[in-house]
Amino acid sequence: MGLIEASGVSVDLGGRRILQSVDFSIERGEIVTVVGPNGSGKSTFIRSLIGAIGLSAGSVRRAPGLVVGYVPQRLSLDATMPLTVARFLNLPVLRNAREVKTMLEHVGVGGLGGRQMSALSGGQFQRVLLSRALLSKPDILMLDEPTQSLDQPGTAAFYRLIETVRQEVGCAVLMVSHDLHVVMSASDRVLCINGHVCCEGTPTVVSAAPEYRALFGSGTQGAFALYQHEHNHHHPESEGTAVDA
Amino acid sequence: MLDDFLVRAGLAGLGLAVAAGPLGCFVVWRRMAYFGDATAHAAILGVSLSLAFSVSVFAGVLLVTTVMAFTVSGLAGRTFHMDTLLGVAAHGALAIGLVAFALTARNGLDLEGYLFGEILAVGKQDLAVIWAGALAVLALIGWRWQALLTATLDQDLAFASGLRPRREQLVLTVALALLVAVAIKVVGALLITAMLIIPAAAARPFSRTPEAMAIIAAFIGAASALGGLYASFVWDTPTGPTIVAAAFVAFLLSGVVTVARGRQLT
Repeated sequence: MGLIEASGVSVDLGGRRILQSVDFSIERGEIVTVVGPNGSGKSTFIRSLIGAIGLSAGSVRRAPGLVVGYVPQRLSLDATMPLTVARFLNLPVLRNAREVKTMLEHVGVGGLGGRQMSALSGGQFQRVLLSRALLSKPDILMLDEPTQSLDQPGTAAFYRLIETVRQEVGCAVLMVSHDLHVVMSASDRVLCINGHVCCEGTPTVVSAAPEYRALFGSGTQGAFALYQHEHNHHHPESEGTAVDA
Repeated sequence: MLDDFLVRAGLAGLGLAVAAGPLGCFVVWRRMAYFGDATAHAAILGVSLSLAFSVSVFAGVLLVTTVMAFTVSGLAGRTFHMDTLLGVAAHGALAIGLVAFALTARNGLDLEGYLFGEILAVGKQDLAVIWAGALAVLALIGWRWQALLTATLDQDLAFASGLRPRREQLVLTVALALLVAVAIKVVGALLITAMLIIPAAAARPFSRTPEAMAIIAAFIGAASALGGLYASFVWDTPTGPTIVAAAFVAFLLSGVVTVARGRQLT
């Protein structure tokens, strides 16, 4: 079976149907991107997969012992709670201190272990969230619009990082995104959601699908092509732009 | 040693402080102040019921505060007007408790003792109950510490890690009910929330981790209990309120230190 299998998932929130009969499954090592306009239920979908939301209908089955590395959109971190980066990485499971240090260096925020979470920049914060997810050696990495608070170079750098770590860890990746043109060609499969599954398939299939065009217009087609172009050769100077804003 | 009422009072205050410090941190982090008030005020109703049915006050208070804590905890998240609802519950419980007390209390029974505590009248048996309750609260929080922190930080993060935030919320609910039942003798129903929130808030500027904040809060609470006890002895003031006043002074000092440190930095 897949790592996670959802069948006929419907979710109601505040008396409104957010998701209607969504079928979904993801295999080991697969990269799936979920796209959809704002308010289309993308976040609700990913939250229903981790069990954070009660289903009105359908079922979600996770493989036994499945380890999920979850990177939320943001943290509702209350200013009254003091929390260093290192302490955060030890929640809820205590980790080896050296492992934590190495992981922080690996995702490009080495030496920030003693920093308060509230003092991090947007880019640093996302990388810390990612490092926490990776420390659990996940079977699947789930990211809910991880680059929302990042500028374009920061976003590109973050996606490159995700691709790198995915190749190392070999985990599946399920990513919710609105950065269609950046994400899509790295994905094995794209799921286009607007309350229900509009269309699904390889990036090329989805970007050509009439349902997708209807939601996003054909304008993204050009951006998509642009990204593929970028992907074919390396820009060493763009590395410098990975620095957080 | 325990024959001295001042020693017993001091030990009672310490018992409350060590449990209220860590629990109070969660009350602050999760913005449960009104939740604490609702639970604490329900204690007065518990006292009245205990008197009416001639059962131990501790048992009556524990029962009613538990029911109250679970009720308001169950309401949480179901409505967008949580603040208002908790305010209604907190003050409604207090008013009904006061009315019930008037109806059930026998002559000469002192309501003030339950509202503001009577730490100087703590007996050996009370002391045992207070410390047993305080240690139970500490054990409960300590047992779930990592899960509680994760769930407090972010519910989805907790779900993804295989935790159930709802269960962690229940742990805090039970701990709070237990603490109220323990604390009513020490500072009284009206000031219990103060002993939860003020030491934790005073500890915040000096803390870099949740653990540090919990421990510092316990120390500030303990110092306030002993300092307040001493001050009330010297100035002949009501002890419960004096202890809370001492905690308040600690909070002010903490604020002054923060501001002074901020000036140095800039």
